Amino acid sequence: MADLTLTVDGKKLTAPAGTLLIEACKSVGIEVPSFCYYPNLSLQGACRMCLVKIEKMPKLQTACTTVISEGMVVATDSDEVRQARKSMVELLLGNHPLDCPVCDAGGECELQDMAFSYGAAESKFMEAKNHKDEQQWSPVVYFDRPRCILCYRCVRVCGEGMDVWALGVQNRGVSSVIAPNKQDHLECEECGMCIDICPVGALTSGAYRYKTRPWEMNHIGTTCTHCADGCKTTLGVRRSDTGMEIVRGDNRDKSGINNDFLCIKGRYAFDFAHSTERLTQPLIRKDGKLSPATWEEAFALAGKNFAEIRTAHGGEAIGVVGSSRTTNEENYLLSKFARMVLGTNNVDHHRTADFPALAAALRGKSGQTASMRDVLSAPAILLIGNNPTEQHPLLAWQIRSNVRLRRAKLYVVNSQPIKLRRQAAGFAQIPAGAEAHAVAFLAGDDAALDHLVHQSATRESLLALRDKLRAETGLVVAFSSEIRGADVARLVHSKFAGAKFIALADYANSRGAADMGLYPDLLPGYEPLTTDSRFAQEWGTLPTVPGLTVPAMAAAAKAGTLKALYVVGANPVARFGLDPFAFSGSFVVVQDMFLTETALMADIVLPAANAYEKSGTFTNTCGDLQLVKKAGEVAGVKSDFEMIVRIADAMGFEVRKLVPFGGGTHADMGQSRGAQSGEADRHSVWLEAHGLEPRMSPFDPVAIFDEIQRLVPSYHVSRLDLLAGNDQHTDIGEAGPGAAHDPNLIIPANDDLFSSGTLGRYSHTLNSVMENKNAPAPSEVGAD
Amino acid sequence: MASLVSHPDEIRVVTKRFGQGATDLDRYLALDGYQAIQKALAMTPDDIITLVKNSGLRGRGGAGFNTGMKWSFVPKQSAKPKYVLCNGDESEPGTCKDRLIFEHDPHSVIEGVMIAALAVGSHTGYIYIRGEYRYLSVIMQRALKDAYARGFLGKNIFGSGYDLDIYWHGGAGAYEVGEESALMESLEGKRGIPRIRPPFPAVVGLWGGPTVINNAETLASVPPIILGGPDWYANLGTPKNGGTRMFCLSGHLNRPGVYELPMGYNLKKMIYEVGGGIPGGRALKAVVPGGSSTPILLADEIDVAMDFDSLAKAGSMLGSGGVVVLDDTTCMVKFALRTIKFYQHESCGWCIPCREGTDWLKKTLTRFHAGAGMKKDIDNIYYLAENMLGKTFCPLGDAAAMPTMAFVKKFRKEFEDHLDGKPCPFEKAAEPVMV
Ligand SMILES: Cc1cc2nc3c(=O)[nH]c(=O)nc-3n(C[C@H](O)[C@H](O)[C@H](O)COP(=O)(O)O)c2cc1C
Ligand code: SF4
Ligand code: SF4
Ligand code: SF4
Ligand code: FES
Repeated sequence: MADLTLTVDGKKLTAPAGTLLIEACKSVGIEVPSFCYYPNLSLQGACRMCLVKIEKMPKLQTACTTVISEGMVVATDSDEVRQARKSMVELLLGNHPLDCPVCDAGGECELQDMAFSYGAAESKFMEAKNHKDEQQWSPVVYFDRPRCILCYRCVRVCGEGMDVWALGVQNRGVSSVIAPNKQDHLECEECGMCIDICPVGALTSGAYRYKTRPWEMNHIGTTCTHCADGCKTTLGVRRSDTGMEIVRGDNRDKSGINNDFLCIKGRYAFDFAHSTERLTQPLIRKDGKLSPATWEEAFALAGKNFAEIRTAHGGEAIGVVGSSRTTNEENYLLSKFARMVLGTNNVDHHRTADFPALAAALRGKSGQTASMRDVLSAPAILLIGNNPTEQHPLLAWQIRSNVRLRRAKLYVVNSQPIKLRRQAAGFAQIPAGAEAHAVAFLAGDDAALDHLVHQSATRESLLALRDKLRAETGLVVAFSSEIRGADVARLVHSKFAGAKFIALADYANSRGAADMGLYPDLLPGYEPLTTDSRFAQEWGTLPTVPGLTVPAMAAAAKAGTLKALYVVGANPVARFGLDPFAFSGSFVVVQDMFLTETALMADIVLPAANAYEKSGTFTNTCGDLQLVKKAGEVAGVKSDFEMIVRIADAMGFEVRKLVPFGGGTHADMGQSRGAQSGEADRHSVWLEAHGLEPRMSPFDPVAIFDEIQRLVPSYHVSRLDLLAGNDQHTDIGEAGPGAAHDPNLIIPANDDLFSSGTLGRYSHTLNSVMENKNAPAPSEVGAD
Repeated sequence: MASLVSHPDEIRVVTKRFGQGATDLDRYLALDGYQAIQKALAMTPDDIITLVKNSGLRGRGGAGFNTGMKWSFVPKQSAKPKYVLCNGDESEPGTCKDRLIFEHDPHSVIEGVMIAALAVGSHTGYIYIRGEYRYLSVIMQRALKDAYARGFLGKNIFGSGYDLDIYWHGGAGAYEVGEESALMESLEGKRGIPRIRPPFPAVVGLWGGPTVINNAETLASVPPIILGGPDWYANLGTPKNGGTRMFCLSGHLNRPGVYELPMGYNLKKMIYEVGGGIPGGRALKAVVPGGSSTPILLADEIDVAMDFDSLAKAGSMLGSGGVVVLDDTTCMVKFALRTIKFYQHESCGWCIPCREGTDWLKKTLTRFHAGAGMKKDIDNIYYLAENMLGKTFCPLGDAAAMPTMAFVKKFRKEFEDHLDGKPCPFEKAAEPVMV
C-alpha cells in the first residue's frame, strides 16, 4: 500500500496506508500508552488511555482505532492529552485494591507503570471501593475481580487467538465482570494465555501465584521440553534449598518462533523437575536391590563392565537406546560413543516420525522444508492427519493466526472432525487409517478415491479439494506419522507448486535424535554406514554392518547375544512394550530422572538432568534449531553429556577424541546459582584430577556442536544468530541420503494437551488438570 | 394507556391518527394509510432521498442529523444485504413520545421503514422496541401480521415486484442499546456494547451490511412528508429545522403530556401556555429542554426557540424532546443525583471514563446530598464530569457529563448550601416527576 506522511509531536514520519496511528507512533519511538490495544487482537477502544490530539478534530481521538491519513498532525503529549491519561489512571485506581505488595503482578504490572508515568498519585475519592471475592476457575486459573481493569485482552486471546471462547463479560456498568464459560469454573485448554496477557494481577496462575516477586527471579530463555514444536520459553528461576527452582514459564518478550504463545505444558509443566520422586543419587544393584552409590563407583562399574563385554563379545553385544528429549549434542555424542567407543551400530530411539524417508525424498532439493515461521506466513496450508490442537499446540496456533490475520487457506484431511476444521477452507473427513490412500490420491492416483469416499467426503468434493490444492502456490504441507516410508516420497512428489513439507513427530527433540543418527543404519545427518564416510574419516574405523533396532535388541537379549544395554533418557520397556525380563541376563545402565519401568530393571541407574537444567540445542519437528539453556538446577544430578564422557573415560577411552574440547567458543555452563556453585565448579574435582581447567572442559556441548556443524551439512547455519537466541532452520534436503525403514518402528506417543510421556506423569500441574477434568464440576452436581 | 392531551397550537402531522383506532389496519387505510408507500414506489430512490432531504426533517432520536442526508450515505451497490432499522428503544428520562406512536399508530412506523427501505434499496427492516415496552411489541406484532396478510409486506409488495420483510425485535432493558451501534450488536444477539466508528452504519452496519437507523418518530414523519411534499413540511418549522416534533412536557406543570408543536416553538410559551404553567403558581427554577442528557436552562434562559440550532446556541440541546420543568421546590443536588443514578445504572461499562466516572459521581453525590459533603467535592464532581466529557467510547458518557457540569456551574450556591452537615434545604419539598 502507498505510504502516507504525517506529523507526530513535530516529527515527520511515513507509514503504509492502513497503519494504525498507535503503530505509526511506535515506529518513530513515540509510545502512546494503551491497555486494551494488543497487536493482532481485535480493536476495542475501551480503555481510552491512547487518546491523542489530531488537528481539525474537535475531540481527542483513540490512537489505537485511528487509521493514519495523509497530512495528519498529531500531538501525543499536550496538556490536554496528559490530563486525559491521568484521569483514566485516576479512575482505574479509584476502584483498584492497590494490593501491589502482595500482588503477583507487582513489579511487572502495566497499571503500576502507567500510574508511575502518567501520575495519579493522590486519590480524589473517599467512598469504599467495590469489592468481589477472588475465584478459582481451574487448577491453573484464578481471577481477582477488583484488580481487573476490563481491558478484555483475556477474552480476545482466548477467543480470537486460541479459538476456545471460554471467557466473556457479564453484567454491565461497574458490575461488569470477566466470567468463565461454566458459570463458576473454566473448561478450556488451560493454556494460560489469558493470565499472561493480563496487564495487571487480575488473572493469576495456580502454578506461580504468591511464590515470588518478579525481581527475585532470574529469567532464562530456553526451549520447551515437551512437544516437538519447540516454543521458546522464558523460565523464571529462584534459589532453592537444592539448587535453582523453576517457578514460572512464559514468553512475554515475544522472542522466538512462538511470539507470546505457550500451551499449558510449556507454561506450567516444568514442575516435573521438582518432583519429589526425582533421582538424585546413583543407584547400583547390590544383592538384587538398587542401592545408593557414589558417582565414582557407578562410573567405574559401568566403564569396567562395558569395556569387558566389548572385549569379550565385541561391540555387537552392546545395545544403545537414546532419547528424543536430550540435546542434539548429547544425541550426537551418544551416536559417536556407541560407534567409536563401544564399537556398535546397535543404536536406536523411540521413533515418532519417518525423518529418514523425508531425507531420502528431499535428497538434493533444498528449500522444500517449512519452518514454524513459514506456517505463519504461508498463503496456504495442507494438514494431513494429526490433531495439532492437542499434539502440536504451537503449530495449531500458527495455523489459526495465519488464517485469522493473513487470510491463509487451510485444507484439512483427517479421519476425525478435528478442531482446526473450524479454520479450514476445505475439510475432507476420510476413513480412519486412510491417510496413505489420501496421499496416493493427492499424488494423482484416482484409484485411491475408493478408499476415501466417506461421510461428507464425496468423489466430487475430494476431486475439487485436490484441484484447489494444485492451484495453490507456496503450500505448506504438514503430515502425521501415519505417512511413512514410500508414502512420504509419494507426497513430496505430488504436483504441488513450491510446496514445503513438515513431518510431525512427537517429542521435543525427536527431530534432533533422528538428525544426530540414533539409528542402527544411519550416522548423523542421515549418512549411511560406509567405510569412507566423513565420520569414518574423522572418527576412525567404524562398524559398517547395520545394528539392531530396539525390538531386535530385546530379542537378542532374550537369546543371550546382547550382553549389555545402555539407555540414555528413554523408557523402551514402556514405549515399546518390551518384556523387562528379556534383559535379566544383560548388564543394563540407565540414565534418567525417574525410576521408570526401564530403570527398575537396570544394574546401574544414573540420575540425569533434564533439558531445563543443561545447555545445548534442540531441533523441532520442522527442523528449526534453537538453543537450550540451563535454567533450573537440582543437586545430585548430571547431564547426560557429562555422564557419557565419564563412562568413556572409565572405559579407558581418551575423551579428547570423543569431545574435541578446548577450542573456539565455550558453552555457558550455567552458573545459575552464583559464582561459587556453578556447574563448572561441581566438575572441578574431576577436571583437576585430569589437569584441566573449566574452560578446557570435555563436558562442553559447544565443542560437539562445532563438530556437528563441520560434519552435518544441514546444520551449516549461522552460529552467531543461533547463539544470539534466534531459531535457525535446518534443511533436511541438504542432509545425507536417508534410508527406508520398517514402518512399524514408528510408534506414535499419543500424548494430548494434558499429557507428556514420563515428564507429564511427574507434573503436578498436568495431573491436577487431568483430575479436575475427570471430576464432575460443582455447578453440574448442583444442577440435577 | 395514557390519556391524550391537546392544545390549539398543535399541528398534528405524526399524531394526526392518535385516538382514532388506527392500530386497526382498515382504520389506518381509511386515514390515508399506505398511500405514501404507493406513491414512493412510483418514485426513484434518489427522488425519495432528495424529497426527504429538502423537507428539512432531522433525526428525532437526539442528534438531529438531516434524515435524507443520512440515507444518501448508503452505497447504491453492496455485496451484503442492506438494512433499515427503526430505533424504538426510547429510554432517555423525560422522553415518552415513541411509545405513543407505537400505541396509536404502529402502521405509520412500518410505512416509514418501508419508504426508507425503498430509498436505500434495502429488503429487510427491523423495528427494535424497548424491552420494557412489552405491551407495545404486542401491538407492533399484530400490525406487522396484518400488513403481511394484505401483501403490503413480503414478496412483491403492492404488486411492485419489490420484496420487503420487516421484523420486530424486543430489547432486554438497556438504555444503551438505544445508541445505534449498540442496538445493532443487540439485534445480532450480543451484549449491547457500542461499536468502533468508523466504519459508520451507513457503510458497515447490521451483520456488516450498509444500514440506515432512524428514530421511530423520524420514520413516522416520513409518510406525511411524501404525501404533503417537502416544502409544506419544511415550512411548518424554522429554517433547517423542518416540520413538527413531539415535545414531552413533564415535571412541575399543570398540563403535562406529549404535544406536537412546530419546530422552533418558544419554550416559555410551551411551559406557560401549552403546559398550563406551574402548579400553585410557584416560580420556575430551571428546565431540562431535551431529555435528561441535555444541559439544564435557568428560568431566565427559556425565551428560546425549540429547534436544534437555537438550543445549541443557548448552550444546550434539543435532544429527544423531553422537556422537564422544575419549580423552586426542587433540590438541584438531589436532581443531579437522580440524573447520575440513571446514567450510572445504564452505563454499559465498556469504557473506563463512563463506567468508573458515573460510579464515582453517584457515590460522591449520594454522600454529598446526605449531608457529608465537603467543599472539595464540588470541584471533584465537576472534575470527574469534565474528564469524562468527550473522552468516552460512546456519547452516553457525555450524556452523563454534560448535565452534571451544568448543575455544578449553574447551581454551585445550592451545592454549597448542603455543606457543613446542614440538612438538605429542600428536604420536605415535592419531588419532580419525570414521566
Ligand atoms: C446512549 C444513547 C442512547 C440513545 N437512545 C436512543 C433511543 O432510545 N432512541 C433513539 O431513537 N435514538 C437514541 N439514540 C440516538 C441513536 O444513536 C441514533 O442517533 C438515532 O437512533 C438516529 O436516528 P435519528 O437520526 O432518526 O435521530 C441514543 C444515543 C445514545 C448515545
Ligand atoms: S482479567 Fe486482566 S486481561 Fe482480563 S479484562 Fe481484566 S485486566 Fe484485562
Ligand atoms: S506447543 Fe509444544 S513446544 Fe510449545 S509450549 Fe506447548 S508443548 Fe511446549
Ligand atoms: S460511554 Fe463507554 S461505558 Fe458508557 S455506555 Fe458508552 S461505551 Fe459504555
Ligand atoms: S488502547 Fe486505545 S482505547 Fe485502549
